[in-house]
Amino acid sequence: MADTLLESQPDLMLDIDKSEQGDVRTEEMLVNMGPQHPATHGVLRVVLRTDGELVLEAVPHIGYLHRCAEKIGENLQPYQYIPYTDRMDYLAGMNNNQAFAIAIERLAGIEVPERAKYIRVIFAELNRIASHLVALGTYGLDMGAFTPFLYMFREREMILDLFESTCGARLTYSYINVGGVHDDFPDRFLDVLEEFLDYFEPKIEEYNQLLSYNHIFVKRTANVGVISPDDAVRWALTGPVLRGSGINWDLRKSTPYEIYDRFDFDIPIGLPGGSERIPRSVVVGDCWNRYFVRLVEMEQSCRIIRQAMKQIPEGKILANKLKNLKLPNDEVYVEIENPRGQLGFYIRGDGSAIPSRVKARGPSFCNISVLNHIGKGCLLADIPAIVGSIDIVMGECDR
Amino acid sequence: MTQMSVPWRPRGKAKFDGPAGMVAGGAKTVFAIFAPFVRAFPGAIMLSAVFGTIVAVWAHYLLFEVVDIALIGSTFNIPANTGLLGGPLTVEEARSALTQIGAPAAGFLCYLLYPVQYGLVRDLVAAGGILGFISVIPLYTIWWERKVAGRIQSRTGPMRVGGWHGWSQSMADGIKLICKEDLCPAGADKPLFKLAPYLAFVPAILAFFALPFGTYWVFRQLDVALVFILAMLGIEVLGVIIAGWASNNKWSVYGAMREACQMVSYEIPMGMALLIPIMCVGTLSLTTIGDTQSGGWTSWIVFRSPFTFAAALVYYIASLASCKRAPFDLPESESELVAGFHTEYSGFRWSLFFFAEYAAMFVVSGLLVILFFGAWYSPLPLLWADGLGESLPARAVKGVLFAGPIWFIAKCVFLLYVQIWLRWTLPRIRIDQVLYACIQVLLPLMMLILLGHTFYELLVPVGGVVWTLFNLILSTIGAVLMIGMLFVATYGCWNRVRLVGNLGRELLPGS
Repeated sequence: MADTLLESQPDLMLDIDKSEQGDVRTEEMLVNMGPQHPATHGVLRVVLRTDGELVLEAVPHIGYLHRCAEKIGENLQPYQYIPYTDRMDYLAGMNNNQAFAIAIERLAGIEVPERAKYIRVIFAELNRIASHLVALGTYGLDMGAFTPFLYMFREREMILDLFESTCGARLTYSYINVGGVHDDFPDRFLDVLEEFLDYFEPKIEEYNQLLSYNHIFVKRTANVGVISPDDAVRWALTGPVLRGSGINWDLRKSTPYEIYDRFDFDIPIGLPGGSERIPRSVVVGDCWNRYFVRLVEMEQSCRIIRQAMKQIPEGKILANKLKNLKLPNDEVYVEIENPRGQLGFYIRGDGSAIPSRVKARGPSFCNISVLNHIGKGCLLADIPAIVGSIDIVMGECDR
Repeated sequence: MTQMSVPWRPRGKAKFDGPAGMVAGGAKTVFAIFAPFVRAFPGAIMLSAVFGTIVAVWAHYLLFEVVDIALIGSTFNIPANTGLLGGPLTVEEARSALTQIGAPAAGFLCYLLYPVQYGLVRDLVAAGGILGFISVIPLYTIWWERKVAGRIQSRTGPMRVGGWHGWSQSMADGIKLICKEDLCPAGADKPLFKLAPYLAFVPAILAFFALPFGTYWVFRQLDVALVFILAMLGIEVLGVIIAGWASNNKWSVYGAMREACQMVSYEIPMGMALLIPIMCVGTLSLTTIGDTQSGGWTSWIVFRSPFTFAAALVYYIASLASCKRAPFDLPESESELVAGFHTEYSGFRWSLFFFAEYAAMFVVSGLLVILFFGAWYSPLPLLWADGLGESLPARAVKGVLFAGPIWFIAKCVFLLYVQIWLRWTLPRIRIDQVLYACIQVLLPLMMLILLGHTFYELLVPVGGVVWTLFNLILSTIGAVLMIGMLFVATYGCWNRVRLVGNLGRELLPGS
């Protein structure tokens, strides 16, 4: 079985033909990677069937962080449930708040004020940058490069300072609420934000020099864990993992929610090696492309934020008549583009204030399912590379 | 639900009242006494400790020389103790007793009763000095590594323990590690598990016994010092492999197997690179190889020919792999193998592995310095020192300016710094890429270098036009690299506020 799998990665240059091993008896070994392991990003447990350093099978086991998040949603009013969404994808709390808020607003027909929409976009994009900074930094950490991790956390810290100045929290914001946002910007916020963007954009080039085009890093990630475009669609992958496979699909562009149709930005996709800004050994859908899509997305997020800062109107930040909100006897399914992919909320109301069903579609949960498909036939050291490039957050995977 | 099986169980209460408790208590008392002074004058104490050590070692050396001269040229009999054999012994009697083949026991006793115990005392002092040096190197290299890593990552590193830039952080860590419980996993192979750290640590010390710090600054001047040191570094690998195997942990086994794979791949290019200076000088004695490079910057073997230059680079890469430093830190790669071969180790045994690793880092850097980078000689030719005479101050000036252990240690520390620098900059290589790099790239390259160097030595006359030309070009390249690095470092330090940008300024270390 392993022989056929290796054909998809011919440059591994490993010969595992059993007949050539002569009299040496080899045994397969089952290894538990996780739930306590430095490279599994939380409590993911991957059961590896290995032959020496070669991984024959990598089965992800999930559920160590299950907290009944969906069931809790069926016992609480929507505004009470907002803090629980923070704790799903705790690296992108704003985006999670936004997804749930939009779902409730569509269900209940609430009109959000213009200014609140712009604030939401600015914070969602800032959170996307912060989330990608963690993803890229820890990805460098998985590769053994410690320094980029701290550089990226240094910049993330500034974003968290911006969040803190507005909503008072640094990780679990509960800021974007049903009907708008719960606080306006403090004084001089946009000036500080502009200063941050001026500081941050040149830093991306620094990351490129330090990590993206580092020879060892490219060697470790190029042509590793390749997901073909067909596979990406078949496994229902979303987000940078899907776009890294060369498929141009981003909900902000394809089915614009809120006000994303008012901004001018590009959707980065995975490109074959030798294209502009892409090293030669890279192929579409490999770990390097997934990494680089995130990096370029940060640049695009900066563009969106700059446009939103110019367009933002004055006005209210919260819709009226939110007290005693009754959900109609109807159902809604809303998906938005999270940093990790499409986060969807299915909500059914039954006329009362409490939804009768809440279901979340998490991008990490769907994306991690492809691990066994692409993790076969690679080396042990490639498993952290693949898991890191899929960029999972177990809080949202297990919910 | 049944109780989950636990790989180890603590057996009773952790013992802190034994030797470990005494060590901790003693350290606490000493610290309590000295803490106010240390807090008041941290920098002065650091500097005086460094210089005091050098002066003390120097004084010992002079003492031995005086004793040596007195013994060899003695015309008077040094009165000895009244020994068990009865009657006072003279130097001659003791010597003759030592050389008597028929009376080894008497010879041994005489040796113990030898008037000044010259050889024994010298060995003991030197061994004590080396052990002390080996203990200090990891402590301060670890502290320094953390400081350098901090600066690279725009942090400050340890700042608290000891008062001045956390200079005693490693000592505090060491005391903590000694006080920790000595754990052995239930399924482990106990004798091997307990033996492995010593197997890694003892060879690292033994390697120092043959490593010269100066022409006379060596514990045992071996004719095969190079082979001895390589053998010791090889045994250290055995300790790592045994540790991985005995831990009864799959990740540890992976670490051990990676170490074995890595060793068979880097040892060959490393050994071949070391052949180059041996071919230049014609001896395996490190002292002799070092002494041939006393003619200043251009006489260093690394600048002798293009092939020695390339060999030095190959050796440096292979030496990174030999002491498990990034980007070749696969046996203990954190993100892949948890902690590799020392996953199950904790406390004192774990710290022995660290001691061994940092001692090995110093040894491989020392080999590089002795074989390629002018050993214990400064870039100035030793010839210039001839006019200074042999008085004590003149010898001190010579030691500082032209030759001496200070230069050797300074060069080693610079190479350690480069190792640290690389570690905090580069990602880790995959195991197949390590094997590929060592066997498919470095090995053929090294063979070509070896062949090329052979022909170069045969065909190009030493001191001829071609030889001098290459020597000068390479020396200039080396000088430019060195000055360029100093310039960049100075520029970065000078403009450290401007380079990080407006918003990052408040995050600057020390701001």
